[in-house]
Amino acid sequence: MFPLREDFLRVLPELVFCAGGTLLMFLQPFVRSRQAFSSLALLASAAATLSAGFAALTPGTAFGGLIRADGFSFFFHLLIGLVVFLVVLGSSSYLERERLAPAEFYALVLFAAAGMGVLASAQELLTAFIGLEMSSISSYILAGYRRDAIKSSESAMKYFLLGSFATAFFLYGIALVYGKTGTTVLTQMGSADVSDTVLKLGLALILVGLGFKVAAAPFQVWTPDVYEGAPTPVTALFSAGPKAAAFALLLRIFVMVPAATQLWFWAFWLLAVLTMFTGNLGALVQSNVKRMLAYSSIAHAGYLLVAFAARSEIGVAAILFYLLAYALAKLGAFTVVGHLGGGGEKHLDLEDYAGLAQRQPFAAAALSVFLLSLLGLPVTAGFFGKFYIFKAALHSHLIWLAVLMGLNSVIGAYYYLRLIVVMYMREPREEAACAPFPAAVSMVLTICVLGTLYFGLFPNHVISFALSPGLFGR
Amino acid sequence: MVPTNYYLALSAILFGLGVVAFVFKRNIITIFMSIELMLNAVNLAFVAFSQALGKLDGQVFVLFVIVVAAAEAAVGLGIIILIARNRQSLNVERVNLLKF
Repeated sequence: MFPLREDFLRVLPELVFCAGGTLLMFLQPFVRSRQAFSSLALLASAAATLSAGFAALTPGTAFGGLIRADGFSFFFHLLIGLVVFLVVLGSSSYLERERLAPAEFYALVLFAAAGMGVLASAQELLTAFIGLEMSSISSYILAGYRRDAIKSSESAMKYFLLGSFATAFFLYGIALVYGKTGTTVLTQMGSADVSDTVLKLGLALILVGLGFKVAAAPFQVWTPDVYEGAPTPVTALFSAGPKAAAFALLLRIFVMVPAATQLWFWAFWLLAVLTMFTGNLGALVQSNVKRMLAYSSIAHAGYLLVAFAARSEIGVAAILFYLLAYALAKLGAFTVVGHLGGGGEKHLDLEDYAGLAQRQPFAAAALSVFLLSLLGLPVTAGFFGKFYIFKAALHSHLIWLAVLMGLNSVIGAYYYLRLIVVMYMREPREEAACAPFPAAVSMVLTICVLGTLYFGLFPNHVISFALSPGLFGR
Repeated sequence: MVPTNYYLALSAILFGLGVVAFVFKRNIITIFMSIELMLNAVNLAFVAFSQALGKLDGQVFVLFVIVVAAAEAAVGLGIIILIARNRQSLNVERVNLLKF
């Protein structure tokens, strides 16, 4: 039972992420230059993204069925690698401005990425738990990384307490499922008896635990506080990375375990409606842009849950595409917010964005593209994301869910367009001078804008990949 | 021999107590302890199921859970110290800068 060479190839991205993080921590006492650390972290995340390709070349299970390398995990490894790359690239100027230590920050981001990678390819529940904790524990520290800021430490505390609370639920669910089926490997749960109460309870608890992680209402209470208090590059990471990874695990359980496919359908229906309304109505009344974007990310989790409820292949494809479109837009938007916030993140109010188009035309244009993509207007990736979710919902005859989603998109339009109007139609305030964007941040924004527009014009590559029959390696 | 259901009932009671304590207690350290109680209730369930199924893997899971709980405790206590330094208080009701 000695692990084979293929086994290691199939977890290569995680190994690269961990090696990069460990190396950063080793070098930390000896190297003074900030540049070196960020270059190393960039290199590690690029290498990990590439090595996802090696993992995909040898599809199959590893370590006795704990890990599965297939098209699905390949997609999520690419997504996580991209997110981490962009977060690292965009955070160096932020860390310098806030006088934060770079090496540990990048190391924690890489460790969190390794955990997300494990989550995306786990085929066994306890392995998924380890992955979830790897990414969560690093995230708790990252949320409180601005140690002197009271808000940041508060955010870390809330994230830690509610996150571990959710983890306990997830774990108890695993224990119950294990007790009933005698296994924690997802592929061996096919014969599970759906009418069994203990199994139902176990699956419900797993859903609660993961619901916390993806910020689905009514388990979303931590999200606005944590997103607002955390340093903005970390918020960008949270909104794109761990969320995508938790959705990946949720989707894998949902698709692979027939009992979950049956039992979770109404739960997803209900969660989707609740989440969409909480997110959108919450975002309406916010005047703090960072907090508004936090609420909007709750709303987007709701849209994704609609695609879950569709229970079809087009639904799975819609989830994958939407996660990509959403990650690009959210990452870009939070990067703009992080830079415009200025020292100590003081300028986060809607008023601070007045007349941004005159002061910083590039930033205003980029932010508008991201907001329009989140809103789902044509030519942006968000449009096709919403389009495919609608299609999946209608295809599965979920008319009411589609109607409610349409209604929510209209509510969403108000607060996204309000920000664009403030940026373009209002006169700038006198004192609101802002530093020009550093090259690295501009690069992140350019990549996000180009990605958003590219996938908005040519969604077919991703969709046809996600619709290919070998997605889950069958 | 004690039947498995007794262990499971005890585990459910411990888990429930943890949830109740998490919701109603006001001191961060006590809240943190209630999470530990929940995790250990899970461990008990794992061991009981492992015994009932006649399989060893449930007991191995417990070792993993203990390790992860230890890592979580290390980070959690660090965060609690941070809060105590910044605010001079461990009451969650006073930690309220971020509110709707």
